Amino acid sequence: MTTKLLISRRKLLQTSAAGAALGFLPYSGSVQAATSATVGFIYVGPKDDYGYNQSHAEGAAALKDIAGIKVVEEENVPETVDVQKTMESMINLDGASLIFPTSFGYFDPHMLAMAAKYPKVQFRHCGGLWNKDKNPMNAGSYFGYIGMGQYLNGIAAGHATKSKKLGFVAAKPIPQVLLNINSFLLGARAVDPTITVQVIFTGEWSLAVKEAEATNALIDQGADVITCHVDSPKVVVQTAAGRGAFICGYHANQSPLAPDKYLTGAEWAWGTVYKMFIDKLQKGEPLPNFTRGGLAEGFVKMSPLGPGVNAEGRKQFEATLAEMMKGGFSVIKGPLKDNKGKEVVAAGKAYPETAIELESMDYLVDGVIGSTS
Amino acid sequence: MAGEIGLWGVPLAILGGAIRVSTPFIFVSLGETITERSGRINLGLEGTLVFGAMTAYGVAVETGSTWLGLLAAALSGICFGLFHGWICKFPKVNDIAIGIAMMLFGTGLAFFFGKPFIKPSAPHLPAIAFGFWSTIPQVQAALDVNVLFLIGAALSVLLWWAFKNTRAGLIIRVVGDSSDAARAMGINPNSVRLLATGVGGAFAAIGGAYLSLYYPGSWNERISSGQGLMAVALVIFARWNPLGCFAAALLFGGAGALGPSLQSVGVTQGYYLFYATPYVLTLAIMIATSSPGRSLAGAPGELSITK
Amino acid sequence: MGTPQIPAVSSLPIATSNLEGLARRSEAVAIPLAALLVGMVLFSVFIMLVGKSPLDFFDIMWRGAFGSWFSVQNSLSRAAPLLLTALCVALPARLGLVVIGGEGAIVLGGVAAAALGWWVDGASAFIVIPLMAIAGMIIGGLWMGIVGALRHYRAVNETISSLLMAYIAIALMNQLVEGVLRDPASLNKPSTHPLAQAYRIGNIPGMDVHWGLVAGIVACIISWLLIEKTRWGFAARIAGGNVRAAQIQGLAVGPLIVGFTALGGAFAGLAGMIEVAAVQGSANASLAAGYGYTGILVAFLARQNPLAIIPVAIFLGGIDAAGGLIQRRMDMPDATILVLQGMLFIIILFSETFYGRFVIFNPDLWKRSA
Repeated sequence: MTTKLLISRRKLLQTSAAGAALGFLPYSGSVQAATSATVGFIYVGPKDDYGYNQSHAEGAAALKDIAGIKVVEEENVPETVDVQKTMESMINLDGASLIFPTSFGYFDPHMLAMAAKYPKVQFRHCGGLWNKDKNPMNAGSYFGYIGMGQYLNGIAAGHATKSKKLGFVAAKPIPQVLLNINSFLLGARAVDPTITVQVIFTGEWSLAVKEAEATNALIDQGADVITCHVDSPKVVVQTAAGRGAFICGYHANQSPLAPDKYLTGAEWAWGTVYKMFIDKLQKGEPLPNFTRGGLAEGFVKMSPLGPGVNAEGRKQFEATLAEMMKGGFSVIKGPLKDNKGKEVVAAGKAYPETAIELESMDYLVDGVIGSTS
Repeated sequence: MAGEIGLWGVPLAILGGAIRVSTPFIFVSLGETITERSGRINLGLEGTLVFGAMTAYGVAVETGSTWLGLLAAALSGICFGLFHGWICKFPKVNDIAIGIAMMLFGTGLAFFFGKPFIKPSAPHLPAIAFGFWSTIPQVQAALDVNVLFLIGAALSVLLWWAFKNTRAGLIIRVVGDSSDAARAMGINPNSVRLLATGVGGAFAAIGGAYLSLYYPGSWNERISSGQGLMAVALVIFARWNPLGCFAAALLFGGAGALGPSLQSVGVTQGYYLFYATPYVLTLAIMIATSSPGRSLAGAPGELSITK
Repeated sequence: MGTPQIPAVSSLPIATSNLEGLARRSEAVAIPLAALLVGMVLFSVFIMLVGKSPLDFFDIMWRGAFGSWFSVQNSLSRAAPLLLTALCVALPARLGLVVIGGEGAIVLGGVAAAALGWWVDGASAFIVIPLMAIAGMIIGGLWMGIVGALRHYRAVNETISSLLMAYIAIALMNQLVEGVLRDPASLNKPSTHPLAQAYRIGNIPGMDVHWGLVAGIVACIISWLLIEKTRWGFAARIAGGNVRAAQIQGLAVGPLIVGFTALGGAFAGLAGMIEVAAVQGSANASLAAGYGYTGILVAFLARQNPLAIIPVAIFLGGIDAAGGLIQRRMDMPDATILVLQGMLFIIILFSETFYGRFVIFNPDLWKRSA
């Protein structure tokens, strides 16, 4: 392994030499031009979970064919001192110059501490709210407007439901999840304003039996379309299909698990994001610190519509999707009340997908049955 | 789907949950009862359970037969059990510690070889529709009873009877209570324990097969949330009585369904506490039914954990 | 298990030669090392069967665990919490109790420390940091003390009650962290209010390892002294062998059991406090990282000896630290390390059967064979 270590060290030397030759660094956020680089990916769960971690691992796999780019990956890394040491190990032993810690819990304090300690290494985190006043300039965050996808899921669900009750299996009541639940409901209500969404929080990101129990409980209460926001939706999809309910997928395309019952799904397309970063890195351009994108930018995509979506549903789905592809679509717009009767968005006010306020959502809108605490 | 069942959903979910969720607990705890009655404790059944889940799923994917999957799981469980039983027969080897190491070993092997089976879908074990008399789909769904649950129920009665009334049951009990007495009867305690641990392993692996082939019915690295370890603990709770194991498993499964079903009928506050119900309830019953006077009635005398 | 044959220390000849003493001592090192070697050979077979090179594998393991100063510090950082959680198992084990629920004391100790640090925000760090440590220890101690009390006064089996209480503690922690103690600014990762920077525990000077390592080593030494050099430790050993005999001798078995489980819990609670003050900066679900369960393994590998816990925890930390490098360099899944740990630990635990069997380590047999 000595040779490998030497090579990566040499690679580092070359990299810094190239940077020095070009003689730039006008701003602290820039990276030295690098045609070759080692890029590290860190996942909180197994790489192949049919869900969140897999969506990132597929994005990382998209980089492996790019000349000069070496991808190093580590799975099942807990959000403790372990992840800090994993980042340091990627830097010190593999010569990584760009690291993507992909779990939300890696951001504060772990990635921020490492970014402060290794100012020459670039860190880009999935889902965090990077703040230029508080956080290091060699750090940053990226995320996608997947709530739009859940709105489209809601439209497909709204046309498929007969009971007018939809079910949502969610992990924890945090802003990213609440936005998805609300978007799902509002999408369905764009079809029929009497539709409600029942939510069950399982309290954990991955807990197979409880997710199955939650799915059964939702269907017992009459829900006939189920979606979810947990790390690995496989169990929810299979359980719901087994009970005869329709499904809207999440994170990745789960239609092979239940082709007849799968309506559509909101999928990540992280390959787009990672290729963008690598492209800039290889051209020697500064990496953006705060990156967001939606359907239009190719950060998020929809699974192909399944046989359960009728012609009318297909029409509304495609029309809305076309509208969203123009960018700046607003799902959250006033007048809007939360499910305790309090007005949360005034009439005339609208939050387009880009609105940063959406990333600190703390309410469930009227029509969602569930509680945020 | 059918109409509203409202608050009836809660008792129905508890009943359904007891039937759906309890099976792995039943099998692992019955298996461990046999092992512990013989005077050994195998804390590693969690690893056996996970390996069984993977083996059953993998074989079912490859052959299309759930029964072959189940058989393969049982065989793998026997191997793990016999290995534990064999290694613990050597003097000074601590059965609890070996169990913990076996837990890592079994889960590690299952994850290592289980990678290719995460994507494909395996067929499911059949269920019997005991809800045919009802027109309410929720009741029908809750009463879809898997054959393994029925086998588990039958086995718990059978074992309860066999411990009391058969020669094999007597031998296991004697070995568990006193190695010296067993030797005096001409029985080799180590051979009995070896077999008892092997059977225990097979049971645990079948419990795992239920997880991957029926409910929740999929294979991934998060399929078990510690059912194997909890089931070993339930054996102590059930005081080494097979009928008690069955009851404890039902209690655990039913109480576990409380959290999701309460949320589904609108009780949405404090769900973490509702999710803790099975643990609180089990602890409360243990405290209420234990007393220093008759400590651990039914505990096998040779068991390291109760000495 | 048969009857335990504990050689009474006093019956040994006092003036044994240095050579004999060395022989006795080296047994406890040589046998595990030999077992380790056998385990590595067996694992090499496994590695070859899956088509990889065992030489590469162990070379990378060494690099990742101890091959450089960076790797050593990496391993030590990972060992730090295990020192304390292993004591939560090893101390009650002196009394013959098998406690497996240290995880509960960690998470509640962490929450208590975080809540206290926020509550007294503004006071001097010299007061607050020790107070946080005490809060973590008291809560952890009470939690595990209940396990001991239930065992002695109500005959509730400690293995099952500690496991049940660990699940209950994690539920309580989640409810608190997402409820009354939640910092509204902790958006996507519900946490308590972050500790003021002054209340954070830093690194040991000159090292990239936090003070938790020192706390853990000190706790191991204190525990060893308690067991080996005090009358409580002596009494615990008697009670661990035979409760009735201890009671006949007039030993207060109840307070001993409660005291030892509570002390173990206090150390686990301290581990929780250190996680909050040195690593996380607040209490959240990441506190339940499994340190309590790994601690069980450490304690059993160390044969419940507090001093042996130190090298065992560092060894485990090293395997853990190298695991990431194995994933990256050899393109093998994370589970590889689980398989390795399982194999090594089974062999090491199995090797206990060889104690006292080799003539070379047993001076009593020298004369006989001579």
